[in-house]
Amino acid sequence: MNLLVETVLWLVDPIHWSGPDGIPTRLAQHVGVTLTVIAIAGVIALPIGAWMGHTRRGEATIATLVNGSRALPTLGLVTLFALWMGIGVRAPILALVILAIPSIVAGTYSGISSASRQAVEAARALGHTSWQTLTRVEAPLAMPTIGGGFQSALLQVVATATIAAYVADVGLGRYIFAGLKSRDYPEMLAGSVLTILLALLATAGAAGVGRLYRRLTTNEGNPL
Amino acid sequence: MNWVAANTAQIVGLLLAHVAITIPAILLSVAVAVPLGRLAQASGRARGGILATTGILYAIPSLPLVIVIPAVFGLPLRSAATMIIALTVYGVALLARTAADAFASVPAEVAAAATATGHTSGAQFLHVELPLAMPVLIAGTRVVAMSTIGLATIGALIGIPSLGSLLTDGFQRGIAAEVATGIVLTLALAAVVDGSLWLAGRTSQPWTRVAGRARGVAA
Repeated sequence: MNLLVETVLWLVDPIHWSGPDGIPTRLAQHVGVTLTVIAIAGVIALPIGAWMGHTRRGEATIATLVNGSRALPTLGLVTLFALWMGIGVRAPILALVILAIPSIVAGTYSGISSASRQAVEAARALGHTSWQTLTRVEAPLAMPTIGGGFQSALLQVVATATIAAYVADVGLGRYIFAGLKSRDYPEMLAGSVLTILLALLATAGAAGVGRLYRRLTTNEGNPL
Repeated sequence: MNWVAANTAQIVGLLLAHVAITIPAILLSVAVAVPLGRLAQASGRARGGILATTGILYAIPSLPLVIVIPAVFGLPLRSAATMIIALTVYGVALLARTAADAFASVPAEVAAAATATGHTSGAQFLHVELPLAMPVLIAGTRVVAMSTIGLATIGALIGIPSLGSLLTDGFQRGIAAEVATGIVLTLALAAVVDGSLWLAGRTSQPWTRVAGRARGVAA
């Protein structure tokens, strides 16, 4: 009980709400790293997934990739890259990009490749080029599934970005590692609670965006 | 390679510690998630409640969870039990949905036939539903095993020994070979466990092989 009180006191202490180690700064860094990683991973993974889905090739490769990446320890990538690239935010960003790519490739692949055959053939019959078929027919049909891929990548990255603080002075994970070093359990717990809240908020936010998208597109397609 | 040769005893010890954390966590995940998946068939509300709860649990970041668990359960911060509980939470969260889908896919006529031939609900679960759900359950357990073995490395950050200790120790001492050894051994252990589960699935369900051969003949 004492621990809980101390954690709450840590969280409401005004000292922890300002400055370069304040909660707003750490939160902004955490969100910044997450969005940077998702943007880079998206730029790499979307074309790969779209091309594989469009040509309907490489399903087995993707399955192996997604499954194998589950066992790949992100902490290992973070520390290995940090040894190569030095302390700082570049190493964890690279590690997190690698973590995020499989989900986005898999979501894009399964969305594009499951676009209805008739729709694709109709597009070809109307004289669409391969590129036009991809961008005007397959991609719009695939949007919800692609969104799902981005959603799971986002949740993985926002959670794992905590580990970035092990090798860089960045994000909400800093409180956990600083607390570990100084044996300050309330600080560790406060950092943990903040990270958990952010992850749950991201989950709820992503689900909300998905619902909004479905409502908008169903209304457009079906005036009734 | 020199580093590996000079530190074999330590590496084997950490590998065993990794196994001692992950195998109980995988077994516990199955033991909790399979009944939950069956329970989800009871009603739409049960299914919704179970899937929503496990969805939220899965969203919790692992390192913070490992730090919160000792405070909640009154455990010492660096105990293996903490890691087993955390990994079981994720395992259940991953497997419960798969298990619910597996039991939902048991045909209603089969269940009705079992009832008609006098199976009690317990016998029906054990002898009819479980074997039919088994291929999907095994596939789900393989996914759980992979993610559990990868995630267990996180414990090293708070001082719970596992193959993850090679990652943190290698980083602090600047030995890339040590970090690489940790990554490779984690992936290798995952591959061995995954292969064993695949084999267990095949030998425990000879009918899937017969069906496969029959399809081969028909084609």
